[in-house]
Amino acid sequence: MTMKRSRRWFLRAAVTAAALVTLPVRVLARATAAFKAKDTDSLMRELFGDMPIEASDAITLKVPDIAENGAVVPVTVSTDIEGVQQICVVVDNNPNPLSAIFNLSEHCVADVSTRIKIGDSSITRALVKTSDRVYMTMKEVKVTIGGCGG
Amino acid sequence: MDRREFLALLAKAGVVASLSGCSSLAGSRPEDLYRLPKFGSARLLHITDTHAQLEPVYFREPSVNLGIGPAKGQLPHRVGKNLLAVLPAMSPRLEHAYTCLDFTEAAERFGRVGGFSHLATLVAQLRDEAGGALLLDGGDTWQGSGTALWTRGQDMVGACNRLGVDVMTGHWEFTYLADEVLANVAGFSGEFVAQNILATEEALFEGVDVYDEDTGHVFKPYTMKTLNGRRIAVIGQAFPYTPIANPGRFIPDWTFGIREAELSELVETIRRSERPDAVILLSHNGMDVDLKLASRVTGIDAILGGHTHDGVPVPVEVRNASGTTLVTNAGSNGKFVGVLDLEFGANGVSGYQYRLLPVFANLLEPDGDMQAYIDAVRKPYLEQLGEELAVTDSLLYRRGNFNGTFDQVICDALRERMDAEISLSPGFRWGTSVLPGDVVTMERVLDQTCMTYPETYVRDMKGAELKTILESVADNLFTPDPYYQQGGDMVRTGGLDYVCYPWHDFGSRVTELRLKDGTPIMPDKVYRVAGWATVGSASDGPPVWDVVADYLRDHERVSVDSLDTPLIKGLNNNPGMVA
Repeated sequence: MTMKRSRRWFLRAAVTAAALVTLPVRVLARATAAFKAKDTDSLMRELFGDMPIEASDAITLKVPDIAENGAVVPVTVSTDIEGVQQICVVVDNNPNPLSAIFNLSEHCVADVSTRIKIGDSSITRALVKTSDRVYMTMKEVKVTIGGCGG
Repeated sequence: MDRREFLALLAKAGVVASLSGCSSLAGSRPEDLYRLPKFGSARLLHITDTHAQLEPVYFREPSVNLGIGPAKGQLPHRVGKNLLAVLPAMSPRLEHAYTCLDFTEAAERFGRVGGFSHLATLVAQLRDEAGGALLLDGGDTWQGSGTALWTRGQDMVGACNRLGVDVMTGHWEFTYLADEVLANVAGFSGEFVAQNILATEEALFEGVDVYDEDTGHVFKPYTMKTLNGRRIAVIGQAFPYTPIANPGRFIPDWTFGIREAELSELVETIRRSERPDAVILLSHNGMDVDLKLASRVTGIDAILGGHTHDGVPVPVEVRNASGTTLVTNAGSNGKFVGVLDLEFGANGVSGYQYRLLPVFANLLEPDGDMQAYIDAVRKPYLEQLGEELAVTDSLLYRRGNFNGTFDQVICDALRERMDAEISLSPGFRWGTSVLPGDVVTMERVLDQTCMTYPETYVRDMKGAELKTILESVADNLFTPDPYYQQGGDMVRTGGLDYVCYPWHDFGSRVTELRLKDGTPIMPDKVYRVAGWATVGSASDGPPVWDVVADYLRDHERVSVDSLDTPLIKGLNNNPGMVA
């Protein structure tokens, strides 16, 4: 416990770090097409071509069962899989299913967090790409009108 | 499953101790009711969902509490005779406590239930008998009455302090403003615990006050208590969907959720670092969520649960990867006290005895100090509370998956007073019952309506929008995976009939919507709809209790001859329904 930084400290540090991140132009161009994909199938082809996609329980996808606010849904993806190059977050029922792509260098810990929009209840997927394979896990996230709680 | 199978199952699961106890609980002499056989060396007392009912009330258990999919016929989804069929034989008094059977007649015979001064006497007696006990409160304690609203929950904080509540968690407690919640928690003499309430990252960044800067927990996640030399860990699990089922705007800095993985880690940490003799989860998840949780999270000895207001007389033993977790649910409105006696062996809990004791006001002397406190709390409001609005010819109640008779009165009042074709009223599970021939006072109306977002609305709504609302609420109730349920009942409707297929998928449970006169509801046609309790933002109409009170004053007598409940199709012999 002694070395543990507070969550508040970490958040402030994270904001500073985010400001330093830049992306190469080539990656941006490829991502733009994927972000425009209208359904998950064509998105998968766009992102991974013919690479095999396999279900994996080595990925932890942390996202609420029921969203408190569909406009800002916290999501965290982490994995112990070796050699992760890319992590993608996909929401099947969104008009453009691709929510986020993280490109990781070999010095990066495969543990990413962001906020996504989820329009309607939907399957949410986390995809983890290595040099020769894509791993996936998914979870249903419900978006509801609320009210009427016991 | 018949009674024999059920008992065999319980015996197989090792519940023999509680079974013999259950039989003794069924003693026919009323004075035996509260005399429990000595068992074990640590006693936990559990109350939940009292909904601020300081005085004894009537409360009718549901006649419809459907279990869908694997939950069909399983506790808590058995009602009336279907519930009694799987329990040991018991006295008529206990049958009345646990079911809705012949409610009016039995209620007249056995009298009111609950009341904090009667509760205080029983709690003191149960503590003495065991040489001390822990009193755990599962929450929904600081809301539900006129006085709780007018004092912003403070009357209940005082009552709980006098009752000696040791540990509590919450749900409707969070429907006051965050600062009021924190002030109430500060005024509470026991410990308020919740492992599943965190400050949002934005709020942490802005510097909001939290219990733990490292983890972001707004409240203490768990507490260690020592009882007769035994170390008991009590973890708090607040209602996971509070900012969805209730207005998030009152508590904008806090985020909830089931947080199963974090709970799992916490239990492991407690087991490792605190070396407890028992780990208890004080939960406001609702019973179906607790049952699923118990099957997936290991290391919890018992989940003492609330929220769904299920008065479940026997605990459910849930097997998981490392052992067995008991799951209980202790009803509502101060009607019951759950008593869990634990025995310990070399490796922690080795046996238990559980009772769900109904609190019959006429069998328990009211505690003088508590009654004096209650009288003082109520004194400034007696005139408002006591106003006689109408006489009812029907039994009025709410609890059940679909419209109760009191809901019907509310729905009728909304339609008539607000000049609407259709009315909607939330499927809350709180609200007391009124016997036929009795006066409906303002206090009874407030029992059904009293909360911090009571504003009514009347607005034009397309048929398609109505269907979406009904489908969405039906999904919260009937979706088979408990983690996606919110634990309320179906939205109540006035002036609207429909057919409901509870086991269907989202979007196809609600069909054949019609107005009362049989005219089909058209998706594109606009209807005038009245309602209350909007979660997103405050509506601009008068509080619903004023609308209902005006309606009752105007009518002087009410009688509910038919309910605008849907026609439920395809549930053949579901034990969650009284035939």
